[in-house]
Amino acid sequence: MHKNMNINVHHVTRVEGHGNIVVNVNSGKIEKLQWQVPEAPRFFEAMVRGRSYQDIQTIVSRICGICSITHSLASTKAVESALGLEVSEQDDKLRILMHYSEQLQSHTLHVGYLAAPDFFGEPSVVPLVPKATDAVKTIVKAHRIANEWSDLLAGRTTHPVTLIPGGLTKIPTEQQLRQLQQTLKDAVPDLKAIAEVVLSVAGNIPQFERDTEYVSLKQTDPPTYTFYHGGITSNDNKGAALPIEKWHDVANEYVCEQSTAKWTKWHRDSYAVGALARFNNNAELLSTMGKAAADMFGLKKGCCNPYMNTVAQLVECFHIVEVSINLIDELLTKGLKQEKVTSSPKAGRGSGCVEAPRGILFHDYEFDKNGLCTAADICIPTNQNHASIQKDFEKLVPEIINESEDSVRLKLEMLVRSYDPCISCSTHMLDVKFVK
Amino acid sequence: MSKPRIAIFDFACCEGCQLQIVNLEEELLDLIDAVDVVEWREAMSEQSHEYDIAIIEGSITRPEDEKRIEVIRSRAKILIALGACATIGGVNKLKNNFDLADVKKCVYGKSADMPHLDTALTKALDEVVKVDYKIHGCPIDRKEFTYIVRSLLMGKTPDIPLYPVCVECKAKGNPCLWDEGQVCLGPIIRAGCGARCPSFGFRCFGCRGYVDNPNVNAAKDIIEKYGLTTDVLKSKMLLFGSMQEPTNA
Repeated sequence: MHKNMNINVHHVTRVEGHGNIVVNVNSGKIEKLQWQVPEAPRFFEAMVRGRSYQDIQTIVSRICGICSITHSLASTKAVESALGLEVSEQDDKLRILMHYSEQLQSHTLHVGYLAAPDFFGEPSVVPLVPKATDAVKTIVKAHRIANEWSDLLAGRTTHPVTLIPGGLTKIPTEQQLRQLQQTLKDAVPDLKAIAEVVLSVAGNIPQFERDTEYVSLKQTDPPTYTFYHGGITSNDNKGAALPIEKWHDVANEYVCEQSTAKWTKWHRDSYAVGALARFNNNAELLSTMGKAAADMFGLKKGCCNPYMNTVAQLVECFHIVEVSINLIDELLTKGLKQEKVTSSPKAGRGSGCVEAPRGILFHDYEFDKNGLCTAADICIPTNQNHASIQKDFEKLVPEIINESEDSVRLKLEMLVRSYDPCISCSTHMLDVKFVK
Repeated sequence: MSKPRIAIFDFACCEGCQLQIVNLEEELLDLIDAVDVVEWREAMSEQSHEYDIAIIEGSITRPEDEKRIEVIRSRAKILIALGACATIGGVNKLKNNFDLADVKKCVYGKSADMPHLDTALTKALDEVVKVDYKIHGCPIDRKEFTYIVRSLLMGKTPDIPLYPVCVECKAKGNPCLWDEGQVCLGPIIRAGCGARCPSFGFRCFGCRGYVDNPNVNAAKDIIEKYGLTTDVLKSKMLLFGSMQEPTNA
């Protein structure tokens, strides 16, 4: 029995941004158990005030380097909603294809580079290079394919430049799309090889469950495992979906009593977002390969082991590649044409919502008659997960308190990583008291 | 000769420039072979206080961060600023156009006065410590990153373009975006990106900072030719150019 334990992980490594874990156990009693975020605030919502609706995407894309396409899409959708702009069916599909590229890039980065070293008991992917050369090279290749795919659709791997209110500045040629489709078809065996490697060490994924509310997008018309369209749902909402304009009713940002932290809650005192949330709300809509990957890992709808979020991301990689191959067929069948896009300033307010790789993301802007931004509100997925991480800590630590300090520390770090947090995204900073 | 020890750190930023290092993909595996990466929080669990080269992403936005960068500077033989937040302050400097108390209140409301939410004017790295090399861009261009790192490893000084983006854009044969009604900063921004954004039909918004001695008169001529006001140009220049210091590499 451990009477005393003092864990202070100052800046969890292999996550995007800065987060700390603090555990103090005195005579077997947990005195302090906190997930803290000391990231330098950057004040995006204040900085966009006075800027033109045309420049919003360029600024807010910089909230996050890993999910910049997602922030760009959410903000562009919000601007379009505020200005009443319609996007053509073709450009809508091309944007979805662009969005998938980022999901694959981010998921392979997280599964391969950030999470996998834990499964192998290594401090980073670097020592894995000589030990599992083929596996690392396959991950690197999949990551490169996803990035080249982003380059083609977004103009850049990070911080896209083709997205403008109303459409796209430049679209790929049919030849380029055909090449991309072939690349994706050729990537399927690589994904299978990656899944086999992860499966071989899946026994190292901790067994832990906590009944959780999962929030994600849900699209019914047509029914789609969606990352881009639809309304907001949760497993507590009896299958109903709220229009995205109602996102404030979902996030309900609140101040937490013991730490005065701004967290989010909907039906319970916390909720989780991300790949596992999407899976739990939409699993039956996965593609054939996505379902097969879920079966391979025994991942079933209703899973409430947060560590399985990494597996859900891997499942989504299969789904994304398969549906993208089909989406390119749809685009090529109709033929591509560069559409002229125009827009003009107008007063109004609009919301935009998409799924970031790490969970649902909300952007909201108000513009004056000159198209200048007067107010902005952004609610990012990692902030929506902070309360869930804390609640997981509170259930997990008593269950493993008799394990060694190193084991407890590793399991807590792995738990944080499994949420794939993107802390520099945290535009609403947590209010945490730091005790060292 | 022992391998140079490299450490990568970040301050206020989106970590997108570090991601470009990861995005070197297969090439990164070769690079890791040639150097000894001793600390890189985003990708590794190891930490070290001994390094030859410090690569820094992000802007300095808090007094405690000034102290941290000074310590890093004192330990490093060479300090490289990575990306716009570090080289020119980037979008983080938009904050400097407002009253800071108002900025905090806008984002944090009633909690704005809590001490850990304190913020100061955004600074580029060279406003706090000596910077030896700058890798420009938001995000950086990964080819330029390897070029600069390779040059340093070979003991050479890297060549950074002294001409504006327009030169690279014209060489690519792109139609001028001004003719399409876009306010493009190509005439005054440092080249080296291969005019990537204009090549995709999107105006240059200045992420690499102003070129040395920008041709201000030519910029005025363009504004007049297209019947625009300098306010429109200034509004675009604010995005990455708010209170920008000279960017000489």
